[in-house]
Amino acid sequence: MQTKDIVYIALFAALTAALGLFPPLAVPVIAVPITAQSMGPMLAGGILGAKRGALALVLLLVLVALGLPLLAGGRGGFGVFLGPTGGFMIGWVVAAFVIGWLFERYWSRLSFLLAVTFMLIGGVAVVYLFGILWLVFSAQISVAQATLSSMAFIPGDIVKAVLAALVALVIKRSYPLIGRA
Amino acid sequence: MRLGLYLAGDSLFHRMSPGPKLATVAVAGTVLFFLDDWRALAASLGVVLLLYAIARVPWPVAVAQIRPTLWVLGLLFVMLALIEGPLAGVVMVLRFAALILLAALVTLTTRVSDMTDAIEAGLRPFARLGLNPAVVSLAISMAIRFIPLIAEITREVRDAQRARGLGRSVLAVAVPVIVRTIKLADDVADAMDARSYDPTPRSRRDHAAVAAADRDTGNRAR
Repeated sequence: MQTKDIVYIALFAALTAALGLFPPLAVPVIAVPITAQSMGPMLAGGILGAKRGALALVLLLVLVALGLPLLAGGRGGFGVFLGPTGGFMIGWVVAAFVIGWLFERYWSRLSFLLAVTFMLIGGVAVVYLFGILWLVFSAQISVAQATLSSMAFIPGDIVKAVLAALVALVIKRSYPLIGRA
Repeated sequence: MRLGLYLAGDSLFHRMSPGPKLATVAVAGTVLFFLDDWRALAASLGVVLLLYAIARVPWPVAVAQIRPTLWVLGLLFVMLALIEGPLAGVVMVLRFAALILLAALVTLTTRVSDMTDAIEAGLRPFARLGLNPAVVSLAISMAIRFIPLIAEITREVRDAQRARGLGRSVLAVAVPVIVRTIKLADDVADAMDARSYDPTPRSRRDHAAVAAADRDTGNRAR
């Protein structure tokens, strides 16, 4: 690993933390706070690639575990991982890896449609898989109940996947980091 | 901006080193997951609250640790109560409350710097596998430094785009922010390389070669 990789990893950990600083947007109908933070793993994977992207999210989780209130809404500390939503945070690391891997693999023929699909696979499917599994295990509810209680966030996450795909594609054209690694 | 959730104090928990504290939470957390009786869980929560009293954590601070999770817990409680009866909901809420509060107590009574040192010490055995604990500490401090920097760059870019009437466009703000921060990262990396920063673990370096290079530059300097 080169010095540059370490700095990029630190940068995207910080970027994901900074995304949590934006005030959450309360969606009128379902009254669930939507934060920009879950775009962090999407951007890290789509811009840095699999390995560096996943490490950036690992670093963010280390910072949170250290006791820094970097998660949306000023949450932080060890308690976050043991709470009901801890699985989603672990899912971020895998999501960044999966998105990065797919982006690297299809880098030369990446279209908008492919990019959005990859963001949805990693940023929504993978994240919810981990989030729901942890919810089932920790709260001892059924998979159907856990899925139902997470549904309210899906529309917001789809919007974020589209935005993240757009941003990643513009960065690919203007300042690509994956190809030249 | 007060970065960190540490609460200064001089209790037994403040003086305990982070390693044993984390080990205690890991063991206690595992036990809590296997407790299914609401009385046992209520007693555990009582013990955790007692620990808060011993650590002299003010009551509002303790409540603040659990408040962000309350609405998720409420949602889960309603669901469990409707399907499996209120007792299942009570068990779930008690378990999460005890777990979250216990873990938060470690965070409240441990300085970020002490925790970083503990992580660095914990990673030392992995140095042989090529993971340099010093690099981890470096990445941690860099990320902490980058956060306010990114917030500042975002403010500047947003002002600039607002002047062009693009203040509300996500793309027009996000792309310049990311490109500018990546360029900043490149500059930081170049500056580190120019000062001969070496990310490989010390145990893996070729000491003879490093010593020779040092002697060489030393000779030239003279």
